[in-house]
Amino acid sequence: MRRYFGRKLAIYALTFFLAVTIDWLIPRLMPGDPIRTMLARAGLRAEASVRMYTYYTQAFGLDLPMWRQYLNFWNALFHGDLGTSVWLFPTPVLQVIARAVPYDIALLVPAILLSWWTGNKFGAFAARNKRLDNTVLPIGYILTATPYMWLGILLAWALGIVLGWFPISGAYSYALTPRFSWTFIKDALHHWFLPFASLFMVMFGGWAIGMRNMIIYELEAEYSHYLEALGAPRKLIRKYAYRNAILPQVTGLALQLGVIVAGALATEIVFSYPGIGYLILKAIENQDYFLLQGCFLFIIIGVLLANFIIDIVYVLVDPRTRAGMQGEAA
Amino acid sequence: MTTLTKKADSVATRTLKKNEMLYFALRNMKLRIGLGIVLFFALLAIVGPLLTDYRPLAYVGPPAQPPSSEYWFGTTTFGQDVFTQFVHGLGATFFVGIVGGGLGTFLGLLVGFVAGYRGGIVDEVLNMLTNIVLVVPTLAVLLILAAYLEVRSVLSESLFIGMFAWPWAARAIRAQTFSLRSRDFVDLARLSGMRPLKIIFREIAPNMMSYLFMTFILQFGGAILTAATLDFIGLGPTNAISLGLMMNNAVLWSALHLGMWWWFIPPGLAIMAIVGALYVMNVGLDEVFNPKLREM
Repeated sequence: MRRYFGRKLAIYALTFFLAVTIDWLIPRLMPGDPIRTMLARAGLRAEASVRMYTYYTQAFGLDLPMWRQYLNFWNALFHGDLGTSVWLFPTPVLQVIARAVPYDIALLVPAILLSWWTGNKFGAFAARNKRLDNTVLPIGYILTATPYMWLGILLAWALGIVLGWFPISGAYSYALTPRFSWTFIKDALHHWFLPFASLFMVMFGGWAIGMRNMIIYELEAEYSHYLEALGAPRKLIRKYAYRNAILPQVTGLALQLGVIVAGALATEIVFSYPGIGYLILKAIENQDYFLLQGCFLFIIIGVLLANFIIDIVYVLVDPRTRAGMQGEAA
Repeated sequence: MTTLTKKADSVATRTLKKNEMLYFALRNMKLRIGLGIVLFFALLAIVGPLLTDYRPLAYVGPPAQPPSSEYWFGTTTFGQDVFTQFVHGLGATFFVGIVGGGLGTFLGLLVGFVAGYRGGIVDEVLNMLTNIVLVVPTLAVLLILAAYLEVRSVLSESLFIGMFAWPWAARAIRAQTFSLRSRDFVDLARLSGMRPLKIIFREIAPNMMSYLFMTFILQFGGAILTAATLDFIGLGPTNAISLGLMMNNAVLWSALHLGMWWWFIPPGLAIMAIVGALYVMNVGLDEVFNPKLREM
């Protein structure tokens, strides 16, 4: 088990290191000059522009040698300094992101967990059941092939605009201020529902199909046939099949995280939901590179953390990893 | 993809005759429906641009018109023809699928074969690399890459997508190669002095052809979805139109509030249909290649 976690942690550490390096490297490698673009947008007079340019170059340490810049970047990172947002000048990037993260968590965690759980149960239930299989399978494939944002757009249009049941933008009404009261919570939930539902539905399709296929393979496995030959009840065989089929689904969750995060970003943009995805849109619109880089780092950290949690869960559900043997995900 | 890994072994051991496979392929409903839908859209992407007199980004008519005989899919807020944008966007979608999915499959093959066949330290290093690219959320990297590019084309987008899409393919192909490597016929080839590259392409690859084909289909669909997301966020091609970009424009210019459904429904519907058809095709192929899965 120590070996399993050691390996995983080494990979995460290396990934983080590389991600930070990419974050530092890309702006310096790419053509174009962010500071110049930023100043061009401000529309200053020529001499003021030159002075501002030297000021910013020094302020961001761009006149130092490369290796110094790189070390400074790491140093600033460990002090929680991700720079200053251009879009919301002079708010620090970290603060802008910290305000957005709760919305992401509120949207992603329930959507992922609920869709995973119900999708698995439903897929297992539908497997080898002719009538259900013929309806669930096509619906599942359609759902999982739907681009996240398109389902969001459809729901927003149908339920939000045409029927008028749900608000389609923001996390709460403009008239309210965030506080812990019944009216606010009700309002926030009302705004939360559509983005949640579109994320949930797309993911649900994927999990249901994955589980259905896994169960079929497990029911074809030798131990299932053996149990059948012994005269074990169908229910028991299915229970064992489910337990074995759930393992690849846990691994699948880890593999799918990147796609899910991408989907959530796009969904937030559809609903102007003030999470990281919405920040990214604003950062791109305003050429706010510091904010964009900060968002990138936060997504990486979030995904790595989630991966680590899944690793722990994997140890809990797969006894082989605990016994020191290598499980499937190791 | 987990299902694919599971049947790794059965693919290798099977020796089905070609025409028998074709017989089952033609009989398979899922394969026929899936292929039909994909071909329909591919045809539309090729023929469509010939059917319109307009250019995708030109302002050609009155703004915000619903579909009519003159403007088949209506017009945008700026008076651009939605049908023209749609067929050109379809072309871009297929391009991303073929180039991005192709590159992803190719890199996956390369890494998977080398890691699986060589084993040892090469395998360790490649496996580490695979695991790292696997945990990094693709879109986040693409975001950073695309944001700093002033001019973006469909080609650069496809290449970027392909460069980050290969890990799971590599992982699965590595596992397969691993199981094939120690088979008698591979040993025999090695003993007879065949070069490793030749062994990989002559002895190992043909035994997992069906599997490689299915990997490509999944990579194809994945690349299309990734491109759509990237375009929708506003980092799509700067000099062309794509289906994701159409949705991005529609949302940006409040097509939802104005009730201009003809602007945002076709692009998403097409992506869903194409990717869904690819998935269904894949299930059909799975049944063709794996007799166990045929009608129970």
